[in-house]
Amino acid sequence: MIMSDKRERHILLTGFGGQGIVLAGDILGKAATLYDHKHATMTQNYGPEARGGACSSQVIISGEEILFPCVEEPEILVCMSQEAYTKNIKSLRPEGTLIWDTDLVHTRKADLRERTFHIPATRFAEQLGTKMMANIVMLGFFSAVEPIVHAEALKKAVSDSVPASTKDNNIHAFNKGREYGQAIIKGAVKPEPGTHQD
Amino acid sequence: MNGDEACCEGALAVGCRFFAGYPITPATEIAESMSRRLPKLGGIFIQMEDEIASMAAILGASWGGVKSMTSTSGPGFSLMMENIGLGICTETPCVVCNVQRAGPSTGLPTAVGQGDMMQARWGSHGHYEIIALCPASPQEMFDMTIRAFNLSEYYRLPVIILADEVVGHMNERVIIPREDEIEIINRRKPSVSREDYLPYEADADGIAPMANCGDGYRIHVTGLTHDDRGYPAMNAHAQEQMVTRLVDKIRNNREKIISTKNFYLDDAEIVVVSYGISARSSMQAVRNARNEGIKAGFIKLETIWPFPEELIRSVAPQVKAMMMAEINGGQMVLELERCAHGACPVSLVSNYGGAILHPALIQSAIAKAARGKI
Repeated sequence: MIMSDKRERHILLTGFGGQGIVLAGDILGKAATLYDHKHATMTQNYGPEARGGACSSQVIISGEEILFPCVEEPEILVCMSQEAYTKNIKSLRPEGTLIWDTDLVHTRKADLRERTFHIPATRFAEQLGTKMMANIVMLGFFSAVEPIVHAEALKKAVSDSVPASTKDNNIHAFNKGREYGQAIIKGAVKPEPGTHQD
Repeated sequence: MNGDEACCEGALAVGCRFFAGYPITPATEIAESMSRRLPKLGGIFIQMEDEIASMAAILGASWGGVKSMTSTSGPGFSLMMENIGLGICTETPCVVCNVQRAGPSTGLPTAVGQGDMMQARWGSHGHYEIIALCPASPQEMFDMTIRAFNLSEYYRLPVIILADEVVGHMNERVIIPREDEIEIINRRKPSVSREDYLPYEADADGIAPMANCGDGYRIHVTGLTHDDRGYPAMNAHAQEQMVTRLVDKIRNNREKIISTKNFYLDDAEIVVVSYGISARSSMQAVRNARNEGIKAGFIKLETIWPFPEELIRSVAPQVKAMMMAEINGGQMVLELERCAHGACPVSLVSNYGGAILHPALIQSAIAKAARGKI
């Protein structure tokens, strides 16, 4: 099911600088605007550090023009670092979806919502050759568990956004994440036990 | 693409082929895009030693006959002030894009501000008029960069784009029209013989045709007060003549230059005025207020300088209150107050930067004003 036209969908992607969080948000927005022909806006938060600092990208997708571009209470929160999780979990709407990297985030049971999904995106990316593709694995996973934009649109946007020589690897990474997500949704694969702080 | 990239694309589309600048967050992506794109188009990109030199270089390039621009943020904008004045005095077409961050000083390099509005107006010494535009989206970064070049070429002065961090870094869809759909205005060339040409002799509309270096015309370019020949003229009469023309070529054409978008003004009782990223929060707030039955209206300033004095003067007596929404301690609200001239109360909705204005903040100010409290 693709989203109803008018409602604004608020997505917050978080992690640390260097993980490609902003690129992931950019790809999501590109998929929505260029290939699904919706409106989208992506803004970013980051510190003065080039790498390692907390980083987030805020994506809003809507059938109508978007005015205020900030995501304050996301309905989907993606966490790719512990710091990002700790900092942003309180902002997630009660009925929202929480997605995280299994190996990088220890959740608190008290924080968990009804809809939670996790994937060892960085580990999978390393297995595929480079952890730089963790963001793309995560996008593939995202497309399976939260089909806000068409997977084909996302794939095209991935192809547009990565260096030509890495296109095939990135599409592979995307598929890896997507297949894992689909298997979890179908119940064909049991998610690994996540690690909790409590 | 993001707003910075859209600014670069707009500049290239209107024929900019020279960029000199010094990278600074949040304007770096303009320089980066230019460094990638310009060489392929036969243009020149120079990373300068600082912003003083950057501004000087684009003035020189413009006199060489090439459309030129630079981009910066607050600290660099401060350094450019002296040479922006040189550009005004020598009537040199060029574009300066200031992607504003929160100041003063180094401030918040990665976070939004709108604190350079008055600096853009008065930051260089002496008395002059300026043109400045305020985009609110990447699409407007594209469109307004084109307009900025067209205005600078037509009126012969540095035109300033006052963007902000959020607009610069925000990614949205940008529609780039076909080449033949883009209006391009180029500087007026001399129509007289070389012997009869005076570089600062203006046509009836106050604008002097411009011969580039190498066109074969005799030119002299100086920041000193000069006569029609461009030669220094150190007296009050020449000063009066020169500055009158610098000022009047903008003032007398302000109706053609000023651009606003007006929403729901017909029956509005409370009118919000805003610009740049704050205009989007304001529009949201006005729509929300309308949904709650408050007759709110909105004026979006697309040109910030010259300020739409006549529009404000005509709206103010017809409404209960007006307010300016902006990310500074109250700069454009001073203009709003001046132009409302006591015909209605005027208030300010603002913060000092670091985050954009929340629509709820503006909406509650609208509601308060509707209850007669301001």
